[in-house]
Amino acid sequence: MSEAAQSPWQTAIISRVEKRTPRVTSFFFQPSRPFAYLAGQHVDVRLTAPDGYQARRSYSIASAPEAGETIELAIEKLEDGEVSPFFHDVAAVGDEVELRGPLGGHFVWSSSDEGPLLLVGGGSGVVPLMSMVRHRAARKSAVAVALVFSARIWDEVIFRDELIGLDDRKDGFNLVLTLTREPARRPSDYARRVDVAMMVQAIGRLPAPPRLAFVCGSNAFVSAAAQALIDAGIAPEVIRTERYGV
Amino acid sequence: MVTRGFSGRRPPTDNDARIPPGQYLEQGFPVLSAGPTPRVRAEDWSFTLKHGPRPIKKWNWAEFNALPLSKMTRDIHCVTAWTKFDTPWQGVLVDDILADAGIEPPTDFTLAHSFDGYSTNVPTKDLTIGKAMVALLYEGKPITADHGGPARLLVPHLYFWKSAKWLTGLQFTARDEPGFWELRGYHIYGDPWREQRYTNDP
Ligand SMILES: Cc1cc2nc3c(=O)[nH]c(=O)nc-3n(C[C@H](O)[C@H](O)[C@H](O)COP(=O)(O)OP(=O)(O)OC[C@H]3O[C@@H](n4cnc5c(N)ncnc54)[C@H](O)[C@@H]3O)c2cc1C
Repeated sequence: MSEAAQSPWQTAIISRVEKRTPRVTSFFFQPSRPFAYLAGQHVDVRLTAPDGYQARRSYSIASAPEAGETIELAIEKLEDGEVSPFFHDVAAVGDEVELRGPLGGHFVWSSSDEGPLLLVGGGSGVVPLMSMVRHRAARKSAVAVALVFSARIWDEVIFRDELIGLDDRKDGFNLVLTLTREPARRPSDYARRVDVAMMVQAIGRLPAPPRLAFVCGSNAFVSAAAQALIDAGIAPEVIRTERYGV
Repeated sequence: MVTRGFSGRRPPTDNDARIPPGQYLEQGFPVLSAGPTPRVRAEDWSFTLKHGPRPIKKWNWAEFNALPLSKMTRDIHCVTAWTKFDTPWQGVLVDDILADAGIEPPTDFTLAHSFDGYSTNVPTKDLTIGKAMVALLYEGKPITADHGGPARLLVPHLYFWKSAKWLTGLQFTARDEPGFWELRGYHIYGDPWREQRYTNDP
């Protein structure tokens, strides 16, 4: 991935904005110099104030590598944050920001890496996993995947309709939703925080133990979920984590 | 390029000279790692100094804790853009480890190794003459597993991924060999003041 990481800052234009949930909005960027990327990679975004002050943050790419030149970032608004409220409250179609990418060479999956694959996401931590799920669908890959996605409530399940649509295909992709502040809506879902029993059952949906497990979300979520995977018998070597902070 | 409508939050501060470019001041202590948190018990811990494949000396937890303890209170800078001021550590200076092994650094390059297979490279001169330690305490207490306990490297003047958690040894190498993140797009040296985040940054 080191060649990719050489990419310098460039400008990108916001070409589309799509509200995903009450707190998450997708921003579609058209980079001035389009680049190839792997599912799971992120970009850095840089904002500059008139006096030269700059803020930069990382955002995972939600789109599949096959999606074309436009890059989707799904950004959750943190009320007291600096960059995410700018996107939610100020940024609009036609605006330019600086962007650098693709970045990150560890938390990546390509359909040629095979599986089975266990994906565990909390809140906006589902974003890089979504890129993997979309990549699998675009490649018509037969790799078995279980995605355990924890959200507070049904309406905060980012990409909900798309994920349920993929689950309904019964082609080896299994969606396991768990809501921490509402009852489950589907028979296959849960209404509690991720735990060992849930991981054991999610693994049970795969034809064989996962060859790779990806866990992404807040610090606390990743710590808890990775420990639950280990307690469910997954070897630490197959678990890759990405922490969004806070 | 000025971003339309962006003013930034930056609280008025006298600290700007202490914050490297592109960093923001963090009050908490975020945790970052490539995999699950290894739980290394002190009884199972050991530290090995190597020259290439050859072990020079190995210490167990008690032996290592018997080495001279030094204090270091430093600002730390994570490549994910947070900077934290005045983090107080105690541990064994790399100088004191070398002295106990009775050696001068045999090569110009060092790889730090961790229990979970992580590694990171640091030029030897960035580890010696008081610049770096193997930290055992944070804020006077044992370092928690999340932050790399029981022992982590502390190289405060470089981006914090160089301060390998769950440290299990230092290895002198003939060449500058990239470690885990350096093979995955991160800068070979990692000076926060020159913003050396990714491969081929200046
Ligand atoms: C590899 C990676 C990928 C990521 N991908 C995504 C993604 O796909 N989607 C997504 O939504 N996020 C993602 N993140 C998180 C993202 O980078 C930002 O951290 C997030 O958007 C918050 O930024 P912010 O500027 O809005 O908040 P910040 O200003 O950074 O604040 C974050 C929190 O810290 C506190 N805080 C920090 N500094 C101060 C201060 N000076 N004053 C007051 N409060 C403060 C606030 O309480 C706030 O809630 C990713 C992070 C990483 C590392």
